[in-house]
Amino acid sequence: MSKERNVDLAKWSGPKRPYDLIKELVIALVVVTLLIGACAAIFSSPDERAVTLQQWSQTAPSDFVATTTGELAGTTISAAYGPPYNNAAEGLKLGPLKLQKWSGVTIPVNPSSDFVLTPLKSSIDPDVATARATWLSASTDQQTKWAQDYAAAIETAGDASKVTVDATFGPVPVLANGLLHLAQEGSLDGLLTTEVTPLPGDFTMPMLFLADGGYFDELGATKHLHGDQWGMMNETGSYPGQSWLWMFSFLYQIEPFKSSENADSEIFAMLMLLTLGFVFMPKLPFINRLPRLIPFHRLIWRRYYRDNNL
Amino acid sequence: MTTMWTTKVRRATIEKIDPQDALPDNQPSYVASWIYVFGVATLAALVVIIASGFVLTSKGATWWHTSSVGHYWNSVHLWAVELFFVFMVVHLWGKFWMAAWRGRRFQTWVTGTFCFLGSLATAFTGYLIQGDFDSQWIATQAKDGLNSVGIGSFFNTLNSGQALLLHVALLPFVVGIIVVWHIILVRKNGVVPPLDAKEIAGGGK
Amino acid sequence: MVPLAISLDGPAKFITFGFISVSVPNLIMIGLIIVFFILALVIPFPTHKSDGK
Repeated sequence: MSKERNVDLAKWSGPKRPYDLIKELVIALVVVTLLIGACAAIFSSPDERAVTLQQWSQTAPSDFVATTTGELAGTTISAAYGPPYNNAAEGLKLGPLKLQKWSGVTIPVNPSSDFVLTPLKSSIDPDVATARATWLSASTDQQTKWAQDYAAAIETAGDASKVTVDATFGPVPVLANGLLHLAQEGSLDGLLTTEVTPLPGDFTMPMLFLADGGYFDELGATKHLHGDQWGMMNETGSYPGQSWLWMFSFLYQIEPFKSSENADSEIFAMLMLLTLGFVFMPKLPFINRLPRLIPFHRLIWRRYYRDNNL
Repeated sequence: MTTMWTTKVRRATIEKIDPQDALPDNQPSYVASWIYVFGVATLAALVVIIASGFVLTSKGATWWHTSSVGHYWNSVHLWAVELFFVFMVVHLWGKFWMAAWRGRRFQTWVTGTFCFLGSLATAFTGYLIQGDFDSQWIATQAKDGLNSVGIGSFFNTLNSGQALLLHVALLPFVVGIIVVWHIILVRKNGVVPPLDAKEIAGGGK
Repeated sequence: MVPLAISLDGPAKFITFGFISVSVPNLIMIGLIIVFFILALVIPFPTHKSDGK
């Protein structure tokens, strides 16, 4: 807006009318409370049970074995993630800014040992203990080769159970199946959450592992929750979601972000810019003229305009 | 001039408040539109959010999965949030089209936008602590965005304990302060006059 | 609590328009904003004869 006008700055000296602010607040409270209470009673709220590692390993054992093998081979999302979990990659960039790298490894996660080898210590199967010892005494190159060969064999066969196991995979099949059994009987869920404290509040380990697999990803896709499905706004079932994130979600659907490998950081920066524009909207040229150009205000203040022949 | 800190603070705060401004029993005659109701409707929804949040907080994070009463309060909390945002956006649109930032009311606009942004963050952490599939999904998806700009190094969406504390303590506290600040500014500055209100001589409040 | 009237646990319907895809429940909430805004502008606010001048 241009220069401030006295009428806007001064205390209103024109005609007034009685207005009971507290009564308005109380009526609003009663009406809004009843409305919300009714919505809650009629529509309820979603409570779709969380997925466990046990459920994953029982429903999609081959995917579980393939993901476990991927953790050993260092090829999964979290194994190749970078900060804040590990130094496997630099992470995303924002132009010259390597914010992800600079923020450092603050939540150390080593998937092959944290998701696979450490929990396998709890296996009572002597073959697993032997396989674990074989793995740990091998060179890194040998470990990677075993795991990558087994991963390739699973992919070729289409199902981990159809792979003919031989010596080329080293101890990997025994390790992967050992973890599968731990997961299927339900102990892995506990093992991955209780490494820090037996009274857990942090689900970083099991969630990263779960999200590395195809099973969890597929569940999200069928529920229309993927980023490229505008999933950020969506909710499970037929409930409304976080529709207020529409701009965030929208940016993931368009170029240049959609195909950018730095989409996450670029969209975040774009949003910060838009947020700045939102906060300083009254100072933005043209935008701050819009209320005059599109006169909704004549409807809002139609009584005043009528009474004053404006 | 006094050198007493207490006197200075009193003069800068309580003595600045005109009771007629703080709780007026009249308004300029142009305040006659349903659009003015949406600010107070947003506030009412916030009260329901906080009240239902108190109930859920007092019984703990997993109560609502096992109790039908708990599930009802969870539903109240959800629908209060949905309607809170609906009312707030109507309020925001109304204020935009009235160019309500005129007459040194820019700060009121800014605190309003901060209310909106703070509410986004608070709602987000709420979604993380439901303890259902939705929480798992949102946590694993959102971590990448936050990690990509370094925020993930101090806010881990997969750490439910952290999200829980942010949601029930830190963020409501911050949002609460901004909301109170916003309301104080609204009362202090009064309702903005119509865009074409007749100009008057003089100035200042 | 068992919903009194409508169960929203089934999968949502989506309205797809080019690259835009919105769930019907989200669309309803967004529509509600627009409806409230229009109604707030159009419906006369109750006033007393003694109000104003």
